[in-house]
Amino acid sequence: MTASRREFLQQSAAAAAAVGLASSLARPVAAQPHVFQGDPSHKELVLRAIDAAKAAGAEYADARISSARSQNIGTRERRVTNIGDNETFGFGVRVLVRGAWGFAASSNLTPDEVTRVARQAVAQARANAAAMVKPVELAPVHHPPVPNGVWRSPIKVDPFTVAIEDKVAYLLEANAAALAAGARFVNSQMFFLRDEKTFANTLGTVTQQTIFRAQPGMTVTMVSPDNRDFQTRQSTDIQPKGLGYEHVLDADLKRHAARWAEEAKQKLSAKPVEVGRYDLILHPTHLWLTIHEAIAHPTELDRAYGFEANYAGTSYLAPPEDKLGKFRMGPRFMNVLADRSAPGSLSACGWDDEGVQPEDFYIVKDGMFVDYQTTREQAMWLDWWYKQQGKPTRSHGCSYAQTWADVQFQRMPNVNLLPGEQDLVWEDLIAATENGIAIIGDGSFSIDQQRYNAQFGGQLFYEVKNGKITGMLKDVAYQIRTPEFWNALDMIGGKRSYELGGAFGDGKGQPSQSNAVSHGCPPTRHRQVNVINTGRTA
Amino acid sequence: MTPKSLYAIAPHLSRAECDAIAKKVLSFSTADECRVSINSGMRQNTRFAVNQISTAGDNYNAAVTVRSVIGKRSANVTVNRLDDASLRAAVQNAERIARLAPEDPELLPELGPQDVPPSVQWSDATASLEPEARAEAVRAITEPARRAGLVSTGYLEANAGSFAVANNKGLFAYDRSTAVAFTTTVRTPDGTGSGWAGASDNDFRRIDPRLLAERAIEKARKSVNPVAIEPGRYTVILEPTAVANLVQLIGGALNARNADEGRSFFSKAGGGNKIGEKVVDERVTLVSDPFDPRVPSGTFGGDGLPTQKVTWIENGVVRNLAYDRFWAQRTGKAPVSAGGTLAMSGGSSSMEEMIASTERGILVTRFWYIRSVDPRTILFTGLTRDGTFLIENGKVTRPVKNLRYNESPIFMLNNLQMMGRPERVSASEAGGPGQAIIVPPLKCRDFNFTSTSDAI
Repeated sequence: MTASRREFLQQSAAAAAAVGLASSLARPVAAQPHVFQGDPSHKELVLRAIDAAKAAGAEYADARISSARSQNIGTRERRVTNIGDNETFGFGVRVLVRGAWGFAASSNLTPDEVTRVARQAVAQARANAAAMVKPVELAPVHHPPVPNGVWRSPIKVDPFTVAIEDKVAYLLEANAAALAAGARFVNSQMFFLRDEKTFANTLGTVTQQTIFRAQPGMTVTMVSPDNRDFQTRQSTDIQPKGLGYEHVLDADLKRHAARWAEEAKQKLSAKPVEVGRYDLILHPTHLWLTIHEAIAHPTELDRAYGFEANYAGTSYLAPPEDKLGKFRMGPRFMNVLADRSAPGSLSACGWDDEGVQPEDFYIVKDGMFVDYQTTREQAMWLDWWYKQQGKPTRSHGCSYAQTWADVQFQRMPNVNLLPGEQDLVWEDLIAATENGIAIIGDGSFSIDQQRYNAQFGGQLFYEVKNGKITGMLKDVAYQIRTPEFWNALDMIGGKRSYELGGAFGDGKGQPSQSNAVSHGCPPTRHRQVNVINTGRTA
Repeated sequence: MTPKSLYAIAPHLSRAECDAIAKKVLSFSTADECRVSINSGMRQNTRFAVNQISTAGDNYNAAVTVRSVIGKRSANVTVNRLDDASLRAAVQNAERIARLAPEDPELLPELGPQDVPPSVQWSDATASLEPEARAEAVRAITEPARRAGLVSTGYLEANAGSFAVANNKGLFAYDRSTAVAFTTTVRTPDGTGSGWAGASDNDFRRIDPRLLAERAIEKARKSVNPVAIEPGRYTVILEPTAVANLVQLIGGALNARNADEGRSFFSKAGGGNKIGEKVVDERVTLVSDPFDPRVPSGTFGGDGLPTQKVTWIENGVVRNLAYDRFWAQRTGKAPVSAGGTLAMSGGSSSMEEMIASTERGILVTRFWYIRSVDPRTILFTGLTRDGTFLIENGKVTRPVKNLRYNESPIFMLNNLQMMGRPERVSASEAGGPGQAIIVPPLKCRDFNFTSTSDAI
């Protein structure tokens, strides 16, 4: 699931993360960003932690030190509502004892505390092992240990080197543009993260990674003169990225603000949608969220085996032996590829949070469901499938923890719907549609615990008649049954129309952890989808 | 402070330690005003899946937030390294950023000393819940589930910590709290049935894992092979968890400024807000009271302002909305803190009476993936989950497939028919302690279900 924007804003200050670009793909950057050279004391301490864990009886151990800095700036109209700078620093130790996991963490980074916490993790694993039925086994790692791995996000401008007054001026100028265009209210904000992570495991891998994230955003609100209606336009044209301040400059909120205000105004007088079945044309700024909920989540292997049944849920793609290679997700031109390597994407990294170098892998190939997202523990569960396919049993590198204080587990990589072979763009899909609704931007979203029944809203809804946009609609939401929805996909954009969307607030696990992930896609068309009208009168 | 032992009472900063840190930070400050907020404590959890413990985690953290004010300019800096050099750097950083910030016309002066009574949120039993004790509590669910041939999954989280706020106007307030939540989902091995049970409290001794196991196991068994029914408007009997899932959404809308600005359900047509207007059935009263022993909360806010008992809705009429200090001053009102907890009035009907009085209706255990659709009406969507049953002629007759709703708690509380006795529940979707809330089971007519789901 994805956290709502409100939850995200609450969580983001506390949530650190992991993003970047695989070392083999890293390119030199124009300006020298903040480079994590690796504090030698951090390396010493993670090695001390795994030594202490081994001495206390751990069969396997890994340790992470993270120093994460985040910054939030919020405004409304002509006023700055908050400027916050947050640093969180600490370490976590995960151990395996008699096939049971233990994890402990502390913000008190001293040699004695590192030893104490490592022993605490081992003691906890022993308590957990008492009633163990099926011990954990870890798949082998497909590459040799990396004793000195270094990786960083491919940023151009470190956001923490940009003056606060420049950031404030940027936001207030964007607000002024929205107000000049008639906005009643406007909120805008920037969020930045820099996470420096040092990792070691008992296999001999030691890595140091520096991960950046940036999200500028705006919400424009219009209120009707009689106070009976209000409408908002969120800046979903601008998506969060694993980049630096250059992403904020490229986003140029000021340039878009007047249009967003105008669109919010149009929503006040838009025609309420008539319920019924429509062909939907979905823009990448909207579709990424449908992919996130209805493809990426149900292909998490822990869900398929029931490990998340108490919160995030299970999956309609289960049991794996009935679905892998047998379940048709969509038409033959539908291909879904997972990666942690796309430049500027939120899930990119050099190594995952158990020291595995991620690889690109197909989840859907030629319309057929072929693989799940895995960690080392989970890859063993699909040993039979990989043997059948003549492939090695190994993790896809999907282990992740949101901060030093959280235990790592399986989190989604970037999960992308690949473009079609034909060079089609958004306008081509509209031109080919007789009676449809075109949806731009993500809005309300909700999906059941097995990922069958979903409902999505959006930012902007346009009526399409005989290949042309004929006006704006409001109170639109579509309801789907996931397998039918993807099999109703009949047109897909080409390479030129492919965009990355994404979110910081992808929630899963207990305690719930926030993952940051991108989803690339072109626009698509889906035939005869059920549309409801959500407008009610209080 | 250094956590000294492996277990025992979870480490957290004491009043004296917070006072010492606050004094030190304030001594570093050169700003006109400075506020120090200190959060510390342990978050401890155990997860289980497929009838055995899957992961667990114990973490300790202590963080200090410095708010510096220079003239009408301010900034916040948070750090979790508490040595002198780190604290001094935090103060300097906050002052440096504050100087660069524009003037805030809404900035109000820091509060002076406040009379803050201690809260009633602490439990030694929760604060000392060690991994062995958590594992034992988990076995009280996994063992009966395994014996019944069912598959249990769940989560136990216990938190203990302290919070302090101080400033250079002489304010100092300190409080500590514990919270625990224990939830489980029990499924049939073939995935055709699923049942949930959960509880949340400040004191672990008030949670009975065996009772949770019984309830979830019974629901898993009874929910096997559900039938599909046509979506539409149904009479519903909502268990207290389902009621809380929706009623807590009203809490998020009780903001006076949004209402006055015309962007809330509580906005009044033509201008102003709905204070004094009847918005729900007259049997409904909604209160936040920090000293309610059933659902206690902190006794002061982030700025040190004491929290009061607030009646939001009384006999169906809006009595209060939350006013921050600025909006209160602007509108000539007294500040009203947003409530940390919610307590709803109840009635005397039993679940059995509600069921017996229903010709055709749906019994709901809980809701899931609840998201805003239209803030104008507090309209949300979401689905039923882990125990949804058809009621026919006064009896629960069979399990039904889960249903998606598009509904507002305001409409629901206008369609109220019967109320039971209030019960504290675990209403956080993620299964953490969340906001403490106590609500009754309800029977309501015309609840709007818009589609069915195949999910079990």
